[in-house]
Amino acid sequence: MPGRFKVPGIPSSEITPESVYLRRRQFIQAAGAIAAPGVLGLSAGASAAYVPGETALEYAPAAKGPLGYYTDEALTPRRDAASYNNFYEFGTGKTDPAAYAHEMTVDPWSIEVDGEVAKPGKLHLEDILSRYPLEERIYRLRCVEAWSMVIPWVGFPLSALLAEFQPTSKARYVAFRTLYRKGEMRGTRSFTSSLDWPYREGLRLDEAMHPLTLLAVGNYGKTLPNQHGAPLRLVVPWKYGYKSIKSIVRITLTEKQPATSWNMSQPREYGFYSNVNPNVDHPRWSQKHERRLPGSLFKPNRIETLMFNGYEEQVASLYAGMDLKKHY
Amino acid sequence: MNKLLKPAVFAASLMPFAWLLYGAFAGGLGPDPAKTVILQTGEWALRFLLLTLAVSPLRRISGWYWPMRLRRMLGLFAFFYACVHLASFCQFYTGWDAGRLLEELAERPYITVGALAWVLLLPLAITSTHAMQRRLGRNWRRLHRLVYPALLLACVHLAWQVRSDYGEALVYGVFAALLLGYRWFAGRRSRQ
Ligand code: HEM
Repeated sequence: MPGRFKVPGIPSSEITPESVYLRRRQFIQAAGAIAAPGVLGLSAGASAAYVPGETALEYAPAAKGPLGYYTDEALTPRRDAASYNNFYEFGTGKTDPAAYAHEMTVDPWSIEVDGEVAKPGKLHLEDILSRYPLEERIYRLRCVEAWSMVIPWVGFPLSALLAEFQPTSKARYVAFRTLYRKGEMRGTRSFTSSLDWPYREGLRLDEAMHPLTLLAVGNYGKTLPNQHGAPLRLVVPWKYGYKSIKSIVRITLTEKQPATSWNMSQPREYGFYSNVNPNVDHPRWSQKHERRLPGSLFKPNRIETLMFNGYEEQVASLYAGMDLKKHY
Repeated sequence: MNKLLKPAVFAASLMPFAWLLYGAFAGGLGPDPAKTVILQTGEWALRFLLLTLAVSPLRRISGWYWPMRLRRMLGLFAFFYACVHLASFCQFYTGWDAGRLLEELAERPYITVGALAWVLLLPLAITSTHAMQRRLGRNWRRLHRLVYPALLLACVHLAWQVRSDYGEALVYGVFAALLLGYRWFAGRRSRQ
């Protein structure tokens, strides 16, 4: 299985436009300067200096204004965000990902983009890190289990990547897949799990092209730690957290609505859309409130959940005329 | 040894609670302490319930008497952790809002079932004293058979929360099935 994730044979300068290539050099230098002095002279590419959760990134600060790219709510401290995760490939406990996700190899890494696109192809870790100008987005993250955080992501809009591969006129949905490597993902070895691996998620094309939809390569100014979905994950801030699929290896444009993991496991509880909606309860949990983390026992931080997680102004038009009770 | 048994088990049974209390003050319960407390107290309530029900099979199989001396205390600890569990739920999840509490009870079957389990444990805790035992006589034993449905409901309460992995619920379920199964077989044998 690991054989599928090869570093490219062609020097990347031959397949990458020069401007992009130059930006990558900046990244290598920035990364090299921080990670270890020894890697500066390496010519193997950016991935030589890549350390998940450690390598500092260069990016534009989050733009304030009506677009929703920024919020002045208190950030969840980095340590809390990195110690409380749902990433069932590594176990179902909240601390399992922090304990075991380091067992996943993220370098080398590649993402396959295929399906209804004019130019199917592959992206390698170094392309992912250097090809697109990075920007910060400070988003609320609302989990379907009724807790939430505020996290500063670093990434680029998914639309930039999709545009490059040129979706055809038939493309209506985007399907995503997480890495599935049993040997490195102990949660996938459980026999009592009802989730079917690899983890799958999907968006409607217009949702995928929305400027809020981000592909994140980092958070808190650095590359993503494995438990947050290194090296590349989706962040869709107006949907429940499980839509923001981690450690992506495949992006497929499709004509039909793709199957998604939680929906396959429990269709009545997890719909395809999964927009944050305080008026539609999960059958087993109320969605009207959330616990903003970190909480303390003396101040549980219980707040009201907002429609579309507070991004109503930006995204409500995507669902005009739809019955959101039916399309949950 | 004999004198120390009860105080030692009492102190040991309080450890999980002390640990949570310490964590609450020292900040060792993680970013979501409310959930940590609810999950931990729920699990300890169930574990004590299983321990309580393990007492009489252990006595019968081994012939030892000493486990019997612990049974009441273990049962009361099960109830104690269930009460802390319930109080945490009221405090952290519903903010002592009666309307919301009722809504949760009515709308979420796994909570309804947990609450039923607690309601069944309540009279058992109230009638756990020697005086009550004497007063109720034969009925005391009948009443205390409510612990079996309480255990079943607690297991259903746990299984109903499972998101995707049934492992933990299965382990508790197997222990519960063994303890209840033992009684069923033992009961059949003694009637024959
Ligand atoms: C009114 C009574 C009860 C209420 C409202 C209640 C509520 C809850 C809630 C909300 C959770 C899950 C929290 C979460 O996943 O975020 C939970 C978990 C649990 N409860 Fe209860 N519960 C009640 C009674 C009981 C009783 C009587 C027992 C056992 C004797 C019990 C055992 C458990 C167990 C074992 C868990 C799961 C812990 C885990 O997954 O690690 N509960 N309860």
